Amino acid sequence: MTAVETPPQLRSSSPSLVLQVLRFRELAIVVAILLVFGVTVLKDPSFANALSIQQLLAGPAIIGLLAVGETLVIVTRNVDLSVGSVLGLSAYLVGDLFVHDKSITIIVALLYGLLIGAGCGLVNGVIVAYARVPSLVVTLGTLYIIRGVTAVIVNGIQINPTSIPQSFLKLGSGTILGIPYIFIITTVAVVVVGYVMRNYRAARDLYAIGSNPEAAVLAGIPVPRRILSAFVISGALAGLGGAIWLAEFATVASTAGSGYELLVVSAVVVGGVAIFGGSGTVLGAALGALLLNTIDQALVASRISSFWNQAIAGAMLLLAISFDRFVSLRAERALRRGEVEHGPA
Amino acid sequence: MVLLEQKDPNPTMGETILPQRRPWIHLLLRWETGLAIIFLASLWFGQLNSPYFLNWETFFFSGLNFGVLAIMALPMTLIIITGEIDLSVASILGLSASLLGYLFMHGWSIWLAMGLCLVVGLVCGALNGFLITRLGLPSIAVTIGTLTLYRGIALIVLGSNTAGGFPASFTRISLPLGGTHLAFDFVVFVVLAIAFGLTLHATSLGRSLYAIGLQPETAFFSGIRVKRIKFSLYVLSGLICAFCGILTTFQLASSASDTGLGLELNVVAIVLFGGISIFGGRGTIVGVALSVGVFASLQASLTDSNVSAQVQSIVVGCLLLASVLIPNAREAFIRVRRQFQRRTLPQGGT
Repeated sequence: MTAVETPPQLRSSSPSLVLQVLRFRELAIVVAILLVFGVTVLKDPSFANALSIQQLLAGPAIIGLLAVGETLVIVTRNVDLSVGSVLGLSAYLVGDLFVHDKSITIIVALLYGLLIGAGCGLVNGVIVAYARVPSLVVTLGTLYIIRGVTAVIVNGIQINPTSIPQSFLKLGSGTILGIPYIFIITTVAVVVVGYVMRNYRAARDLYAIGSNPEAAVLAGIPVPRRILSAFVISGALAGLGGAIWLAEFATVASTAGSGYELLVVSAVVVGGVAIFGGSGTVLGAALGALLLNTIDQALVASRISSFWNQAIAGAMLLLAISFDRFVSLRAERALRRGEVEHGPA
Repeated sequence: MVLLEQKDPNPTMGETILPQRRPWIHLLLRWETGLAIIFLASLWFGQLNSPYFLNWETFFFSGLNFGVLAIMALPMTLIIITGEIDLSVASILGLSASLLGYLFMHGWSIWLAMGLCLVVGLVCGALNGFLITRLGLPSIAVTIGTLTLYRGIALIVLGSNTAGGFPASFTRISLPLGGTHLAFDFVVFVVLAIAFGLTLHATSLGRSLYAIGLQPETAFFSGIRVKRIKFSLYVLSGLICAFCGILTTFQLASSASDTGLGLELNVVAIVLFGGISIFGGRGTIVGVALSVGVFASLQASLTDSNVSAQVQSIVVGCLLLASVLIPNAREAFIRVRRQFQRRTLPQGGT
């Protein structure tokens, strides 16, 4: 929006300003994480030992993975509330695969989860993009439907740790050079999707759609196709998250991952992604998940009653969106002032 | 034009699109008519499943099970009509229930405790309203935040304890009202629904809610106090949800910090199925009341036929999808046909 309105001589300076704000945003989350970490270490030095740090990295891995996909959807001014249900369905079906054949390799299991998720995302995406109905309603509907379908498939029979091969469980709890596998998976997802979102035209289209859907159509962007792919990727990552959930927790009931949708949206919003689309990064969203989880674990370590977790998480979210609003108002004002000084072109 | 269609998902519900000459078609094509048919069908379905379905007992227990959801759906309806949303409703309910339990266990008089719960509900709603109208933050993000915050405060207040031992004169509301088969919640819902319906459809305030939902800026320049009205709606929603927290506590004769956990999405589902557009500006209280009826009767009949609550959610989800897809089907069909024609025309020319 601002890039279109600013006069030519400002065009060189305005992206850097936006960039500064964005950088500032992610930096702010990192500072917050370090602050929480530092204060907790002062109170309890064992918070900084290897095991605790491993937990800090592994804890938000699943939410972080889902947040990456959710970012793509929210950037297009949509929302995907079905991620928690998709995670539950995929976790159960991957477990069921192992029940039937224990010799299946890890890669096949992960791909299977990914595909299940992508299938669910495809359904969401087709309805939202081609039937043109609001994503909030559609994904609220599929949240219920997928959860119900999972309940029918589960039919009261849980997946037990004994039916899952050790090698797969190791994926959930194992480490390489002290770094948890699942943290590495999420990091790879953040780096790959983050790089694509920064540098590829199709991904930049997502931002264009989110900042102004009508202009995006006029600019010749294939809006429905882009929105569809955002939902498919979100679903696929939720499906992958389901496979990882199975590896991490080893048991799956039909309620696995219920209520995750709002946690994921919280992480994304805390990470600086605008809820009405058009701005925000994948890295920010993943850092948002990391921050919320660090606060959780810091409270446990400081022996503050865990009952405080939720209240603080909620306050953090409100703080984050107020902060974003403040920053964007400042940036807007700065741009306007610049316009007055330079005069219109 | 195409872009306008995207913003306008339920055009058949508009009053201006259909010809005035044939008002019966107008009436027939309304979403509410469809809802009434679905409602009757669900009653018929229930009776087919079990001959004991259509009796006063089912009616009473449906009222008891759905009363609180139905009451919370009313302020939610008004909020969604103005184009906003309130996802914190179930958390305010939980906070009010927890606070009531905590205060009562600590020797407060029950009346005083109830009063304080209502005040806390007001404050919760006012905080939502303040953040949304004064700071200009998006309501969906704010109320996801306060959903977590208020539930968190409920946890701090009551922890993992369960409060109970409320006076029998209050927990009696879980019984049918003296001599009738009416649940107390149901009566409250009917009274409130009439009040909300009259306000929404028969006063200038009600019309201004639609104006805000359709075009907030036009509404503002027409002299409607957009911010003040939205703020009051959130305060009202907070108050009513706190009241629902009190009702739930007395019905269950106990309260815990997870009272009403996750109900917010059920409330939203009921409202949207009732034909309220998520973009605001469209829908009626009659639709929401019928939607409550459909949900309640389906739940009762499916529970009668031993369908688990989780499997029932498939029905809820399908109804939600249908509620947005059916009104949109005509538009989508026209669009697809136009696109198809556009693709085939050049070929025909060559």
